[in-house]
Amino acid sequence: MLKAEQGAGVAVTRILINKSFFKAFFKLLTTVKPSLNISRTLLLAAVTCLSLNVQAGTLPVDTVDAVFHQYDGGGMKINGPFVLVRKSIGTQFSLNGHYYVDSVSAASIDVLATASEYTEERTEYSAGVDYLHEKTIISAGYTNSEENDFVANSVFFSVSQDFFGDLSKINFGYARGWDEVGKIESDFSKDVDRQIFKLGFSQVLTKNSLMGVDIETITDEGYLNNPYRQYRFVDAVLPKGYDYAFEVYPETRTTTAIALRALYYLPYRASIKGEYRFFTGSWGIKAHTYDLLYVHPIGSHWTLEGRYRYYSQTQADFYKDIFTHEGAEDHMARDKELSTFSDYTLGFGVSYEFGQGVMPHVNRLKISALFDYMKFEYDNFRDVSQEDFAAGTEPLYEFDAWVTRLSVTLEY
Amino acid sequence: MRTRLPAFLLLFQLCFLSACSDIKPWVKPYERSNLADPIMSLDRHGAAGSYIHHVYQAREGARGAEGGAGGGCGCN
Repeated sequence: MLKAEQGAGVAVTRILINKSFFKAFFKLLTTVKPSLNISRTLLLAAVTCLSLNVQAGTLPVDTVDAVFHQYDGGGMKINGPFVLVRKSIGTQFSLNGHYYVDSVSAASIDVLATASEYTEERTEYSAGVDYLHEKTIISAGYTNSEENDFVANSVFFSVSQDFFGDLSKINFGYARGWDEVGKIESDFSKDVDRQIFKLGFSQVLTKNSLMGVDIETITDEGYLNNPYRQYRFVDAVLPKGYDYAFEVYPETRTTTAIALRALYYLPYRASIKGEYRFFTGSWGIKAHTYDLLYVHPIGSHWTLEGRYRYYSQTQADFYKDIFTHEGAEDHMARDKELSTFSDYTLGFGVSYEFGQGVMPHVNRLKISALFDYMKFEYDNFRDVSQEDFAAGTEPLYEFDAWVTRLSVTLEY
Repeated sequence: MRTRLPAFLLLFQLCFLSACSDIKPWVKPYERSNLADPIMSLDRHGAAGSYIHHVYQAREGARGAEGGAGGGCGCN
């Protein structure tokens, strides 16, 4: 089940940068609250700088990127291929497409609480184009994602521009998504309409460092529930002391995230990247993300990397582990993703890069193996699989997971 | 604080716009060898990098500003 509130991907659109786009963007920024004073200012600065004199830029390199991915943890096992292909046409156009599959075997705490284990498959396709004009790259694309109870279509459009002697880059993008949320073995069908506004700026600071700022605002309207998820409420009549009923979400959501990134080339050949992201939204969730990455080449072929990421969030206004009674509030949810919790990731990766000439017509071939260990700890989501506890006093839930990515990247 | 913050940002913006027009690029093309090293890329892993965003979007309440492609599996 693709989560209704999730991002729209990418794709082909005929949307042009015109007055209505800027009008809509400015209107959104002026109606979504305090933290966006910063984005308004940066947007104005960005749009002004966009008009500066420019020279030639570069299109993405022709690439075939194939990844086998696997997530294993918390009762979930998800794996499949992810293939991305880029091919330039002449000197001004580059086409791209991707194919992505999630094969899911689900027996998570949410599933086991109110249903039984299931398997499903999600398939996603995309097609896109980049157009280069001097130092400006205009990109557009289309993405389709389907499961047996969910269909998502989205289009996107973005503009990226280098300027200031190539030390600065600015990009902005707009995406629109349409989801159709269904339910297995029923004629249940609801829609979600989504808009995404992105603005990014990166700057070379010195000959050894650069930084970037990204702002993204997403609005959703429609059926934002997961139709299978249920909340828990006190029912003293039942032996276990509680019962379940289907969740009720608000029908709109607006969120904004701002991220700061910095990358530094160390005195020896290695790099360190730091990142901080602040997130806020109309459901009351506030989140902080800290990410640190160290990359260390060994010789001309091997590269090692290590990563630590920490994330924490506060709960949504309408989240409770257990409600006082059925229908206690207007909106009720017990998704652990909406609770107060934190998680961390410890990652390790190794890559081997072959030089030119390893295969005919191949300029570069890289093989990578990336492993991430994740630990999630919940502050107010309880483990209902633990018996012999009074309702609402069960131990707090926690789980860990491993993410594996094996990839082959070929540039030609 | 509510009145001081926009004022500060306005000042920042004016400085920024001024920088666009008056200050010359301070890192010359021949000084950019370290920046051109693949280890200085903000997105070194392409599709594999996009995938990890999927993983977080499905399990965390936050979304956006990942610096890469969005989308994702919401497998619960």
